[in-house]
Amino acid sequence: MKKNVITSLILWTFCLVVALPGVAFAQDEGAHVNGFTGNAQSGKELYRRFCVGCHGDEGNGEGNNAEWLDPRPRDFTTALFRWRSTPTGTLPTDEDLYNTVTRGIVGTLMPTWRPLTPQQRVDLVAYIKTFSPKWITQKAGTPITVPAEPAETIEGVLHGRELFDKMQCWKCHGPDGRGDGPSAPTLTDDKNLPIRPYNFHDGTRFRCGETNQDLYKIFMTGLDGTPMPSFADILQPNDAWDLVHFLRTLQPLVHSKSRELWLAYAGSHKDIKPIGAE
Amino acid sequence: MRITYFCCFTVLVLAASAILVSARPPAGGTITGKVTYTGTPVKMKPIDMSKEPVCAKEHNPPEKTETVVTGAGNSLEYVVVYLSAGDKPSAPPSQPVRYDQKGCMYVPHVLVMEANQPLQIYSDDPVAHNIHPMPKANSEWNKSQPPGAPPIDTKWEKPEFIAVKCNIHPWMHGYFAVLTTSHFAVTDADGNFTIKDVPPGKYTVTAWQESYGTQSQEVTVSAGAATANFSYKALPY
Repeated sequence: MKKNVITSLILWTFCLVVALPGVAFAQDEGAHVNGFTGNAQSGKELYRRFCVGCHGDEGNGEGNNAEWLDPRPRDFTTALFRWRSTPTGTLPTDEDLYNTVTRGIVGTLMPTWRPLTPQQRVDLVAYIKTFSPKWITQKAGTPITVPAEPAETIEGVLHGRELFDKMQCWKCHGPDGRGDGPSAPTLTDDKNLPIRPYNFHDGTRFRCGETNQDLYKIFMTGLDGTPMPSFADILQPNDAWDLVHFLRTLQPLVHSKSRELWLAYAGSHKDIKPIGAE
Repeated sequence: MRITYFCCFTVLVLAASAILVSARPPAGGTITGKVTYTGTPVKMKPIDMSKEPVCAKEHNPPEKTETVVTGAGNSLEYVVVYLSAGDKPSAPPSQPVRYDQKGCMYVPHVLVMEANQPLQIYSDDPVAHNIHPMPKANSEWNKSQPPGAPPIDTKWEKPEFIAVKCNIHPWMHGYFAVLTTSHFAVTDADGNFTIKDVPPGKYTVTAWQESYGTQSQEVTVSAGAATANFSYKALPY
């Protein structure tokens, strides 16, 4: 009898010490976006219906369709994600993943998943996070702050242009932003597959979104798993905004005040130093 | 009575010698050896830096690729040799290790550090680099370092061999060797290494070469020098 009491005591202690924190952990692994809580089990069913063809059974980006796709589907097992609001080397937030699923990725075979309900998309995020143990051992990074955008001025655009030259963005993106810089042909991604720098000249939208805030985040967080580094340690917020405004001048297909200002300036100044000149 | 005195004396002597022994680290032995190859290794080719004339100017004659660096007598340079088992764990040193970018090359080609030891990455070049380490166990990151930028302060939490590259200059290629032991060495131009201050004991000594991988052997260290030689089979690709 006494032995039984002791055994049950030991069992209860075990439950309290080991099992309870385990339950708390399991809850933490879910996903939380806009008041929705993701359920990985429901997410798994959706994944097997909509995502498995490209991203694969094991979430490693090796689905049946993968070998015909360029760029390749994301490998969730490495937990490396390009479009984040968090610093380079950190995990993205649930919202970042939710936004990517919602938005889709322009110029790739990843469509928008707006046809799914917000709850379903959060469920998918919760399931995607089960593919890598990094989601248990690490926390998502702290999102960078994007300060209020200053007014677009020609001084800002010219300073941004100077930065584009000095930071040597043109080595990959090309002097005119056509993605044809001297290093462009040698670039590879984290799977050692060739990857193209963004062509501002032909592009209207970015893969991470289309606003100036989205553009700001690209070079302040870096696109992890690609050659695009983070400039957060080097650029001050004002520098970064100037660079955003300059990048807008490289996009003839997108209307922007910065481009108007630049065209007027370039029309009346014939001695502008070309980018990348010694 | 005499026996009591004798006993006290003996105890005192024993205690004193125990204090002496514990205060001084045990007599350090060394592990020395040479890393060589058999067969035909891949050829070191001159690096074409013509796309970055500032760097090309600094290397006359041009630098050669460093994936397999061979020396006289079939020796291998840049092989990391370390105690992979048997060593007592120690706190990582607070002294930072330094990694340099000079003339569009990484100096040194292979940098050894302990897990959680501070690492500083400097650039002395008049051109921008991006430092892109590609770890598996640790978190991958990628940062730009234009001319005049301050050094990057970082560290690695988990032990592994991490390839480092610069995407702007595709020939730039190096390694961080993150270990959990303070007993390690990197082979010199003649393939020789010396691991110093190894307490007596039985150890597994492991050699790691970036193209050929790891090799291990058991070594017993008593006071004095122990030897561990390694030989890799080289393939011409």
